[in-house]
Amino acid sequence: VNIAYNNDNSPVKLNLGMGVYRTEEGKPLVLNVVRRAEQLLANDLIRVKEYLSITGLTDFNKMSATLIFGEKRYKYHKSTFIVGNSPVIKENRVTTVQCLSGSGLLRVGAEFLARHYEQKTIYIPQPTYGLHPVIFSTVGLSMKTYRYYDPTGHALNIQGLPEDLDSAPSGSIFLLHACAHNPTGVGPTAEHWEQIRLLIRSKRLLPFFDSAYQGYATGSLDADAVSVRMFAADGGESVVAQSYSKNMGLYGERVGAISFVCKTTNVARRVESQLKLIIRPMYSNPPIHGASIVAAILSDRTLYNEWIIELKAMADRIISMRQQLFDALHARGTPGNWSHILKHVGMFTYSGLNPKQVGSMTKEYHIYMPEDGRINMAGLCAKTIPHLTDAIHVAVAKFSN
Amino acid sequence: MASRAILQSRQGISVISGARWMSSWWKNVEPAPKDPILGVTEAFLADPSPNKVNVGVGAYRDDNGKPVVLACVREAERRIAGNMKMEYLPMGGSVKMVEETLKLAYGENSDLLKDKRIAAVQALSGTGACRLFADYQKRFKPESQIYIPVPTWANHHNIWRDAQVPQRTFHYYHPATRGLDFASLMDDIKNAPNGSFFLLHACAHNPTGVDPSEEQWREISHQFKVKGHFAFFDMAYQGFASGDPERDAKAIRIFLEDGHLIGCAQSYAKNMGLYGQRVGCLSVVCEDEKQAVAVKSQLQQLARPMYSNPPVHGALIVSTILGDPELKNLWLKEVKMMADRIIGMRIALRENLEKLGSPLSWEHITNQIGMFCYSGMTPEQVDRLASNFHIYMTRNGRISMAGVTTGNVGYLANAIHEVTKSV
Repeated sequence: VNIAYNNDNSPVKLNLGMGVYRTEEGKPLVLNVVRRAEQLLANDLIRVKEYLSITGLTDFNKMSATLIFGEKRYKYHKSTFIVGNSPVIKENRVTTVQCLSGSGLLRVGAEFLARHYEQKTIYIPQPTYGLHPVIFSTVGLSMKTYRYYDPTGHALNIQGLPEDLDSAPSGSIFLLHACAHNPTGVGPTAEHWEQIRLLIRSKRLLPFFDSAYQGYATGSLDADAVSVRMFAADGGESVVAQSYSKNMGLYGERVGAISFVCKTTNVARRVESQLKLIIRPMYSNPPIHGASIVAAILSDRTLYNEWIIELKAMADRIISMRQQLFDALHARGTPGNWSHILKHVGMFTYSGLNPKQVGSMTKEYHIYMPEDGRINMAGLCAKTIPHLTDAIHVAVAKFSN
Repeated sequence: MASRAILQSRQGISVISGARWMSSWWKNVEPAPKDPILGVTEAFLADPSPNKVNVGVGAYRDDNGKPVVLACVREAERRIAGNMKMEYLPMGGSVKMVEETLKLAYGENSDLLKDKRIAAVQALSGTGACRLFADYQKRFKPESQIYIPVPTWANHHNIWRDAQVPQRTFHYYHPATRGLDFASLMDDIKNAPNGSFFLLHACAHNPTGVDPSEEQWREISHQFKVKGHFAFFDMAYQGFASGDPERDAKAIRIFLEDGHLIGCAQSYAKNMGLYGQRVGCLSVVCEDEKQAVAVKSQLQQLARPMYSNPPVHGALIVSTILGDPELKNLWLKEVKMMADRIIGMRIALRENLEKLGSPLSWEHITNQIGMFCYSGMTPEQVDRLASNFHIYMTRNGRISMAGVTTGNVGYLANAIHEVTKSV
C-alpha cells in the first residue's frame, strides 16, 4: 500500500494504510517530552553506551512492569489510595525483559513457548495484525483462529468468541489484544473481559497479551490496561508484550518489554534465565537508546506528567477524527450505519468497506488503505475528512454491499 | 453452558475468582546456565576488593579503566538529539549507514559497490548480522553446514545452533605455539566437502588474537577457490587490530580479488564504541544487481519476524560520522588511539613478565593482535587469579587487553607470574 501511495503523484492523495500517528497537519510527531529526554541524555557526559545486559535496562524493565500492571489502589468512599504495586510485582513473581518492539517481543515470547510450553497451539483472533501469524509459524507453533470480529454488527462476536474459548483444548495459548484491536478497533468491554477471564481460567488456557497501545487508545493508561490487570489480579499466569512505538512515538527505536507473570519468584527466575538463552544468539542484548528515553520519562514526575498530557492529546485527536468522520457521513446521508466508527477504539477502524469499494476509492480519489477496509484514523485531519467522506459516499453508491 | 455462551454487558461487581489453585505452567523449566563471558563481569562487580581487575568482557577501557564515549560520537549525538523523527526505518535499515559501512569493508572505490552487486541490510550489531546470515543459510542452503574455527567466540555456536544449521569445526589455534595451526587448518579446508560454508574472523580473532599472515590468507583464499567453499567473514574489530581499518580489511580484499562471493558481518560495537546501540551490517556479495535485490529482499523477510526493522539511533550516529569528512577523520584518529593503547599494553605486559623472570615464553602477547590475548593459562590458574588476586577473565585464559592499564599492568603481570611460575 505504501509503495503504491509513494508512486502516486496526485496532490490530494491520502495514506490511511500504515499504522503511524500523524498530526493535524499530517506530519509525523516526535513528542516534546521525548525530545527533552533525548537532550538530557545527550548532555549527560557521564552516560556511556556500554552493552546492556541480555535482559536490557533494569530501570526500564521495572518501570515498564509498573506501567502495565499498575499500582494497587484502594477505593474508600470517594477517594482512591495507592497502597503499593500490583500484587504480581510486590510478590516478585513477574519477570520483565526488554526486547525489540513489536515483533521482537512476540518473537521472544513465542520462542519461549515453543521451547518450554507443553502445548504448541496458539489461537489468534480473526482477524489480527498481519505479522502475528508470520512470527508464530516461524517459531514452529501451530495456529488456529478464534472468532473475534462480527462483520454484520462491526462489533465483537459475542457468541463465537466464548464458544471458541470453551471448545479449545486445555492449555492452549490464546493471543489477546489488550486494547485497541488491530485491525478492527473492536474490543471487549470490562464486563466482557471478566467473562473471558473466567472462561480462560476455568479452561486452563494461557493468555498471551499484545499491548501495543496503552494510553494511546482511550487516552488513559489505566483504562487501556484493564484487561491485563484483571488477569494479573487473579493469581494466574500470563504473558504480556508491551510496546512503546505508538504511545511514546518511539517507532524507530524499537522499544518494548515482555513480561511473564508466574506462580512464584523461583519460577520467574528460571523463566528469565531461559529467555536469556533465546535472546543471546539473536542479538546478544537490546538497544540502549529507546529504553533510556522511556526510563528517563517514567522516572521523572514532571516528564511523566507531560507525557500523559501529550498522550491524551494524541488519543483525543484520533477520537475527534472519528466523530468528524461520522458526522460528515451522517450529514452526507451516506447509506449504512456508521456508528461503529464511534464505537471502535484506538488507531484503526474496520470501516466495513469491501475490496471493490476500497479499490475504487484508490483509483478515483487516491485514497490508500488495505483492501480489508482498515482505516488509520490517525492519518486523517479536518482538512482531509471531506475528501474521504466523498470517496466513501461514491464508493458505497457504486458498489453497495 | 448456555448462560456462558454469549458475552453479556452486565453491570455489577464480579467476584474475582482466583486462579491460585492452578500450578505453574513453567514448573518444569530448567534454570539455564549462565553465559560464561557475561558471568565474569557479574563476579567482578560482586567483588569488594579495591585491587580488582576486570579483563573479561571485550569492551574498551581508557588508561584509567573507564569506558569511553568517542568524541566523534558525542558530537554526532549532539547534532541529532531531539531533531530526528523516530519513524520506522525501512526493513533493510538506514540506507546511508549501510552504504558507508560497505565502503569500509569493500573499499571506497570497489566495483562491487558501483555495480550494486552487494545485498546488504542493517543488522543488530555483529550478533544480529551473524544470526541473520545463519537463518538465511538455513533457508536457502538447507543441506549445508557451517565450519567454525576452534576456538571461537562462544556465541557463534549458539547462533548457528538456534538457526538449526549443523556445525563442524576446523583447526585454528595451536596451543603449543600459541599461534596459528596453519598446516591443520589447510588440511581441514582441503578435506571438507566441496562447497562448504566456513566462518572466518576477518581480523583480530576472538578469543585468541591469532590472525593468519597476508601470505597465509592468500593460500587460504586459493584453496577456497579450488574447493568452491563459501567464506563468511565476521569482522567485529575493523580498525581495532592494527589501528588502520583498510589494513584490517586485508583478508576480505584478498578474497574479493580472487573473485569469491563472500558474506560479511560488520559491527560498530567496538570500533565506534557503540556497544549498546546494536549497530551493524550484514552483506552478501552476489553475481549481479538483480540477484542482490532478490537476496536483500529475502534477508529483510528473515528479519521481519525477529524485530521487523532495526533501531534508528545508532545507525544515525554512524551515518552522521561517516558522512562528514571532518567527523570521519576524527573517528579514524580515535580508533588508532584505542588500538595503539592496546598495543602499548601488550608490550608492557610482556616486558613486565619477562622482567619478573618468568620461565615461560610470553612473546605470544605481542604476536597476537586485537583486543584479546590467549594467555595459555589453564582454567585452574584462571580461578586462582580470581580467588587470590581478584583478577577476572574467562576460564579459557583469554585476557581482554582493553582492560589493562598502566595502573594495573604491573599487578596483573605479578599475579600471572605467581600462578604460572611453578608450571
